[in-house]
Amino acid sequence: MLYPRIIPCLLVHNKGLIKTVKFKDYKYVGDPINAVKIFNEKEVDELIVLDIDATTHNLEPDYKMIENLAIECRMPFCYGGGIKTLKQAQRIFSLGVEKIAVSSIAIINPKIITEMAECVGNQSVVVVIDVKKKTFGNNYEIWTHNAKFNTGLDPIIFAMQMEKARCGEIVVNSIDNDGLMKGYDMHLIQKIRDAVSIPMTVLGGAGSMDDIGTVIKNHGVIGVSAGSQFVFKGKFRAVLINYPTIIEKKELMDKYFIQNGINQICKS
Amino acid sequence: MITIIDYGLGNIRAFVNVYNRLNIKTKIAHTFEDLQDVSKIILPGVGAYDQAMTLLNASGMRDKLEMLVIEQKVPVIGICVGMQILSKSSEEGSLPGLGWIDGVVKKFDPNTIPYKTRLPHMGWNTISPRNENLLLKGFSDVTRFYFLHSYYFECKEINDVIATSEYGNKFISAVNHENIYGIQFHPEKSHFNGVNLLHNFANLK
Repeated sequence: MLYPRIIPCLLVHNKGLIKTVKFKDYKYVGDPINAVKIFNEKEVDELIVLDIDATTHNLEPDYKMIENLAIECRMPFCYGGGIKTLKQAQRIFSLGVEKIAVSSIAIINPKIITEMAECVGNQSVVVVIDVKKKTFGNNYEIWTHNAKFNTGLDPIIFAMQMEKARCGEIVVNSIDNDGLMKGYDMHLIQKIRDAVSIPMTVLGGAGSMDDIGTVIKNHGVIGVSAGSQFVFKGKFRAVLINYPTIIEKKELMDKYFIQNGINQICKS
Repeated sequence: MITIIDYGLGNIRAFVNVYNRLNIKTKIAHTFEDLQDVSKIILPGVGAYDQAMTLLNASGMRDKLEMLVIEQKVPVIGICVGMQILSKSSEEGSLPGLGWIDGVVKKFDPNTIPYKTRLPHMGWNTISPRNENLLLKGFSDVTRFYFLHSYYFECKEINDVIATSEYGNKFISAVNHENIYGIQFHPEKSHFNGVNLLHNFANLK
């Protein structure tokens, strides 16, 4: 039986790990390699590391850092940040990364997704969509460059385009909910989930294991990712890397994971 | 000593790290000249079928590998795409595979699955070992491994199947024919279960 994935997402800024609130208010939370070592011991399902400096400062991906992380990771590792070309993507794969995440380049040049999928297999090409609610109404827009640039694009239509371009997974990140630890934007998740039939991971807003459980209850086999939830502890947000134990995870699944139930809608 | 084939695909260093922790020596082979004193071979892989075959053919290691595996019966394990290229061909590509185990690689067909299923098959899934194979020693129906693929190896001989998994339908997740092994999942990225599997491989006679 395939299980939902619970995925810590780490942000790299100035070679250190930080955590944001609404993509702002950077708080230093530690050293990347050290965090990976702790997550190894905790047997996390998967790990996402996003370098948030690379694209905004137009930098090359930090290959040495990526290699060091990939060597350390005993779990599947997804890297994103600054990838613009097929050549860069191939180089990152050769360092031992399982998945590469792209964001702004997918908007500028959607064809690159198809090229990457053909070369490295579509299972390894992830598109991250940073989404913000429009000021008026219930619709959403895609923002890039750490939520500084509004593309005006509709994330639902864009997600469908990315599936067509053969990307293997969509990560939907809610800018509005980022760091608030008050739960995911369930409305946004539902809309994109209904629109695409490739795997999807959601990010932005988790503040408890029940928040994660709620996504699993509604969507079954899905990736549920979080930053603050796995790096802060307690109401004063003390930095403490944490992750549910195998037993806690089992309890969470028993409570929320309904295989072939609500989520796996029968075709007939 | 475990020889890991570096033909440009897959997480070579992750295997080296696992074996370092187990105090088992490894060697990374980049060219056919590195294929000396070989007693166990890992053929890793992340990526597309044709890409894997193109790189392996271009590496100059294929002939020597075939001599070691087919004639000298050196144990070999193909992982993910490394398993798939053990086949004769794949629906994913047009190049012929190694053909070391009879069978072909097929794409999951969501139309034959009764409920809504997403591709790629991505995440932690259980395996069902079929018989007492030493590679899967200590594993049961609840042992989980990490999968990341849209294609699976359908081998011809039922006796070559050593484990199946389920994603909508049952599919073959591990094969063994004589000295040749293949697993669809990633032991190098499957925490302690993966370490145990790689340990089992190192202990094979």
